[in-house]
Amino acid sequence: MTKTRRDFIKTSLAVAVASAMPAGLLSSTSFAAASDPVKVGILHSLTGSIAIAEVGVADAEKLAIEEINAAGGVLGRQIEVVQEDGASDNPVFAEKAQKLLVSDKVAAVFGCYTSASRKAVLPVFERYKGLLYYPTHDEGLEFSNNIMYTGADAVQSAIPAIQWLAENKGKTFFLIGSDFIYPRTTNRIARPTIAKLGGTVVGEDYFPLGSTEFSSVINKIKAAKPDAILSTIVGDSNVSFYKQLNSAGITGDNQAILALAVSEEEAIGIGRENLVGVHSCMGYFQSIDSPENQKFVAAFKARYGADRVLGDTMAAAYASVFLWKLAVEKAGSFDVPQVVAASSNLEYTAPEGQVRLHASNHRLWKHARIGKFKPDGQIDILFESPLIEPNPFPKL
Amino acid sequence: MKGSKLPIACDADNRLEVVLPDNVHPTSISRTVRLGTERLRRLYPIVILAIVLLLVIPAALEPFRLGLVGKYLCFAFCAVGLVLAWGYGGILSLGQGIFFGLGSYIMAMYMKLEATSADPAAAVFGAGGPPVPDFMTWNSVDTLPWWWAPFEHVWFALPAIVLLPSAAAFALAYAIFRKRIGGIYFSIVTMALASIFVLVIIGQQGYTGGTNGITNLPTFLGYSVQSDQAVYTLYYVSAGLLILTILAGTFVLKSRLGKVLIAIRDQEDRVRFSGYDPAMFKAVIFAIAAAFSAVGGALFTLQLGFASPSISGIAPSIEMVIYTAVGGRLSLIGSVYGALLIGGAKSLFSEQFTNGWMYFMGALFIVIPMFLRTGLAGLVSLVSHKKVRAS
Repeated sequence: MTKTRRDFIKTSLAVAVASAMPAGLLSSTSFAAASDPVKVGILHSLTGSIAIAEVGVADAEKLAIEEINAAGGVLGRQIEVVQEDGASDNPVFAEKAQKLLVSDKVAAVFGCYTSASRKAVLPVFERYKGLLYYPTHDEGLEFSNNIMYTGADAVQSAIPAIQWLAENKGKTFFLIGSDFIYPRTTNRIARPTIAKLGGTVVGEDYFPLGSTEFSSVINKIKAAKPDAILSTIVGDSNVSFYKQLNSAGITGDNQAILALAVSEEEAIGIGRENLVGVHSCMGYFQSIDSPENQKFVAAFKARYGADRVLGDTMAAAYASVFLWKLAVEKAGSFDVPQVVAASSNLEYTAPEGQVRLHASNHRLWKHARIGKFKPDGQIDILFESPLIEPNPFPKL
Repeated sequence: MKGSKLPIACDADNRLEVVLPDNVHPTSISRTVRLGTERLRRLYPIVILAIVLLLVIPAALEPFRLGLVGKYLCFAFCAVGLVLAWGYGGILSLGQGIFFGLGSYIMAMYMKLEATSADPAAAVFGAGGPPVPDFMTWNSVDTLPWWWAPFEHVWFALPAIVLLPSAAAFALAYAIFRKRIGGIYFSIVTMALASIFVLVIIGQQGYTGGTNGITNLPTFLGYSVQSDQAVYTLYYVSAGLLILTILAGTFVLKSRLGKVLIAIRDQEDRVRFSGYDPAMFKAVIFAIAAAFSAVGGALFTLQLGFASPSISGIAPSIEMVIYTAVGGRLSLIGSVYGALLIGGAKSLFSEQFTNGWMYFMGALFIVIPMFLRTGLAGLVSLVSHKKVRAS
């Protein structure tokens, strides 16, 4: 009985509020359930080989949602999280994305880490007209009206990295990467950029994901004596790469090495002692000295433990939730086409600084930062670019 | 030797078949009548399965859930193949994912070429010349490889789904069995091959799409595969083909091939001394199991909308064996229920217990094969035989 009475009060309150509102506002779909929580999905791998990287990203998203809820929610509604496990398996990502959109009817999904998982869910989001916020820096080469890409694209990291190296370290480059689409695309952008700056590429080599044997390329590097090594090696291979490089006498102190895919978080797995003096180029470093970032770092550590380390993807994931909230508030609705329209040119002061969603390509105008690993695994920031326009389809 | 028992497995349904080969059958009228009703009774399970798959499930589930069941059914094809190869042939393959993957990729190649010719703008870096799939341009492959070209024709791709994997399976298995390598060693070889297969796909990304797989496959023969209508169509096609596959499997087991196969499983040397070539029989049944898996793989691509290397590795291959073990490795129909049960449990547990679902799956994988050595089918026949004995 109490339930019905409460429902009655709720309804009559809603009617009272509604009659007090101008008629134009009533058309909003959010009105009917104004006091119910709004559901959003979090879709990352909690199990399997990629879970180690994705768990932290999901944590950052949950932190942002908790903060928004504590401050009163979105359009007066609390956010309810439905979390699913992508299990590091792309068909599972597709299944869970469909479940979130069809069964849970979530207003937005924050998720995916690898490009492969994003490509797996893309048709699902287009078919059910969902909205995905994807936080990882990636190779670009993709646009979907139903995805917001909040990580840097290849243009936003490779070009500033090369310009900085050419200015500060020299003009001969050795390109080395894992053998998949992100390193290959990055180096397709790198080659003409280097040529334009009057530099030369003295070597380019790729290794299968998970490779642990780099002695042949290290010999080539020794013979070529490049001014700078630009590395797009990802994941576990980095452990062997830096160890073998160091034992061959090449270290961050006597050779300029710039890694495009090693964040502070990954440095722990690689071994901080192996990375001392190695450069990294990212949109975000934990050591950024701004009030927004200090607040973010403090909140994250208070929530998840003082020993946790933040990285670029986690910061982008955290910002994604706020970008969605701002777009919803600007649109005055949770309706996906309206949220997408409201996202155009949306500005937000993220932990990484002021960012802006592009007018049309669903990516962020971002700063690129270049820094050097210190023995404690944190980054000494040496350079910060102005906002760079995202361009997922560079003409080369 | 007449009427003497070949050593056979404990399976009750199968005993009559094996102990009494057709030509030495004792004939008496009462016996024939009993066998007549017996034969009818044997039809019940397949009829019940057909009713469940074609009527009950589509009526009970919304399109999203039906789509999931459709995907579980794809893996049931592998499980049915494994009943033949493992349950009756004694060939434990830990590499069925290879053939599932081959079927899946062949279908994806056709659909990718169809999508590319429908939308040539997909070529990102604009190489000029005839359009090639988007992932090829990303990897600097600017002309279509010759071995991709035939797959643009549906009349080539569809037969290839069955023929290529089974030919590969036959050649591989015959070569190995000729050397009298069998048992656990064959299992290890298949497992290694599954691992190699995935490495090759990931390594040759210019030709295979690498870890991304072959993605963005919106149509088959011009029909969208991404509508609710398509979910129903593909479900019925999968269920129908699965039932045909089970009937084909039943036919194989009833044929001379099936009988020789069981004899090989139980006493390979005795069969060899009788003048048969066990390698040939084993290779044939392995090729049939591979063909079944490949059909499942092709249907999986249609329903998933992309092909992924993650369905071909060691873990999914072992999972397929578990479907069969759970369903009952001597029961073609039981293995379908095994695939449905495990697939359903996986979706359900992972939705309900996002953090700990793997423990539940692990428990299921251990408990059922440990306490029910003949799987669900064994449980069913145990119950029904007890009932018969009691009456």
